[in-house]
Amino acid sequence: MAKTLFDKVWDQHVVKTNDDGSVLLYIDRHLVHEVTSPQAFEGLRIAGRKPWNVNAAVATPDHNVPTIDRDKGIEDPVSRIQVEALDANCKEFGITEFGMDDVRQGVVHVVGPEQGLTLPGMTVVCGDSHTATHGAFGAIAMGIGTSEVEHVLATQCLIQKKPKRMRISVEGELPVGVTGKDVVLYIIAQIGTAGGTGYAIEFAGSAIRSLSMEGRMSVCNMAIEAGARCGMVAADDVTLDYVKGRPFSPKGEQWVLAEAAWHELHSDADAEFDHEIVFNAGDIVPQVSWGTSPEMVLPVTASVPSPVDARDAVQKEGWERALVYMGLEAGVAIEAIEVDKVFIGSCTNGRIEDFREAARVAAGHKMAANVKLALIVPGSGLVKKQAEDEGLDKIFIEAGFEWREPGCSMCLAMNADRLEAGERCASTSNRNFEGRQGAGGQTHLVSPAMAAAAAIKGHFVDIRDWEFKG
Amino acid sequence: MQAFTTMKGLVAPMDRANVDTDAIIPKQFLKSIKRTGYGPFLFDEWRYKDVGQPEMDCTHRPLHSDFVLNQDRYQGASILLARENFGCGSSREHAPWALLDYGFRCVIAPGFADIFYNNCFKNGMLPVVLDDSIMDRLFAECSANEGYALSVDLNTQTVSTPSGASFPFEVDAFRQHCLLNGLDDIDLTLQDAAAIQMYEARQKKLAPWMF
Ligand code: SF4
Repeated sequence: MAKTLFDKVWDQHVVKTNDDGSVLLYIDRHLVHEVTSPQAFEGLRIAGRKPWNVNAAVATPDHNVPTIDRDKGIEDPVSRIQVEALDANCKEFGITEFGMDDVRQGVVHVVGPEQGLTLPGMTVVCGDSHTATHGAFGAIAMGIGTSEVEHVLATQCLIQKKPKRMRISVEGELPVGVTGKDVVLYIIAQIGTAGGTGYAIEFAGSAIRSLSMEGRMSVCNMAIEAGARCGMVAADDVTLDYVKGRPFSPKGEQWVLAEAAWHELHSDADAEFDHEIVFNAGDIVPQVSWGTSPEMVLPVTASVPSPVDARDAVQKEGWERALVYMGLEAGVAIEAIEVDKVFIGSCTNGRIEDFREAARVAAGHKMAANVKLALIVPGSGLVKKQAEDEGLDKIFIEAGFEWREPGCSMCLAMNADRLEAGERCASTSNRNFEGRQGAGGQTHLVSPAMAAAAAIKGHFVDIRDWEFKG
Repeated sequence: MQAFTTMKGLVAPMDRANVDTDAIIPKQFLKSIKRTGYGPFLFDEWRYKDVGQPEMDCTHRPLHSDFVLNQDRYQGASILLARENFGCGSSREHAPWALLDYGFRCVIAPGFADIFYNNCFKNGMLPVVLDDSIMDRLFAECSANEGYALSVDLNTQTVSTPSGASFPFEVDAFRQHCLLNGLDDIDLTLQDAAAIQMYEARQKKLAPWMF
């Protein structure tokens, strides 16, 4: 029978099917960070349990780590205790950890693929909703809560109900200046933040296939913002080229075996989906979020909407509240919105390609006078090193931006990097929720190029008209 | 885990869609390494005028008096009415921990985000899905009647109003079983240890690079 990509990977991981149709699903890779794991390790300790397969788990601290003066350690005692708890737990249970002073440390969803820990056809979980990122490799990658972190540590399995399958195809050629980030923001704006609830989404079509692995990861990363259980892209040569030669990826004979298996990781031609949507790549222009939900997104050429035009009463109320929180008035052109801060980084856009794009925009320009801070935060120590080898750090510093150490940073502001109340930010992260980047902070989600351009001009601009000087 | 069978409790209405987990419990409280103590910081940014910090004493913090949970009539509420896509955003289990620590045992909404929905069951908390039209009615009755309480019965899978109306809801059989009996699902899964080992032995031959 014809199978979807999701079904192929799922079926291969079913240990047992229960009477009610739920299954015991085997988990190949478990990524761990400091925020959602301490209570899980504590649970293991209390019950006297050991990790089932200690090699399946790999940890790194990311949410709480400082992005400056690493050698001074973490100033905030509460943050420090949490990172120290991760170090101690990994040591006690024998789990591999890339600690704060390891060059391999970084945002867990950047580190996994970079190390070859994320492989096509795997099941990958992490106590973090943006685990969806790893689906870019043709893996089933799901965010889980802390109780499930404990469950996976103890049993290497999860009890799961099979989600429905949805395919979102983006066909045609993406216009110049339109990135994976714009594609996914566009999709969420169309289907809404609950549009994917109950589904595993496969992103397909020629525009998705044309993306690099970095671009595909940006798309899958935000599948969760559409409410989906996970996002996936079929494995192809682009995937295999990326995976080959990474520290944890298979070598020699094992690589040959794996490669053969991975070539099967696509939906069969006549596979059926519960829901199918097709978008035209040519319709997508650079996107900017204007409100407090990732579905409140518009083309950069548009103006802030009026609640009068809302679909129903619930949306109208949401828009009204968002306008007040964001300090915006209906009818204002997106390009007229000025920003105070800029953040380029996160698990959505903290990879080498993202910094190359941003640097290409920034090269030869200076940051606008009204911008207080443009923070460039690599997704991992290795991304940082590579960017420095390519001289990108110098371009950013020359333009007046700040070049920092890797971590989640101002994506959620658990460390010292944050927005103050009333500050407006162009951010390459994934959530524009109220208070996400700091209490009272106003977030606009954009691509790295769009964020860099906003830092240079002091307001949003259409990157398609950019004067490249580099 | 605490079992959930039946309950009757005062109802508080959270009449907005897409309430995300950042709103339910802001990130600064995620630094705790405990499962308890989050209740005073539930909905921190909506509830208080100042910015909350972990472990601070909340008894004298300035309140947003119009925020629903700050109103006298909703003190002691244990059932929360909510709108579409409640609990969207981050996977933080701190969100159900905070609701639970505050005193909510049940959230009723037309739809929940997947991970949040799942997290509730792991903590002895029941998320109930009811149709929009029923939700509209419950919201209206709740605002019209001070002291409005609902009964929730997981055995019969029904929500009953004071006037005697009763609405059925669906829950997976397995989840219902675990919640009714307060079962730890790690224990349950470990009963299948042999099956897991067999699976691993087979996979190690088929896909040795995974290990
Ligand atoms: S970068 Fe942001 S979204 Fe990604 S894991 Fe860190 S906090 Fe979460």
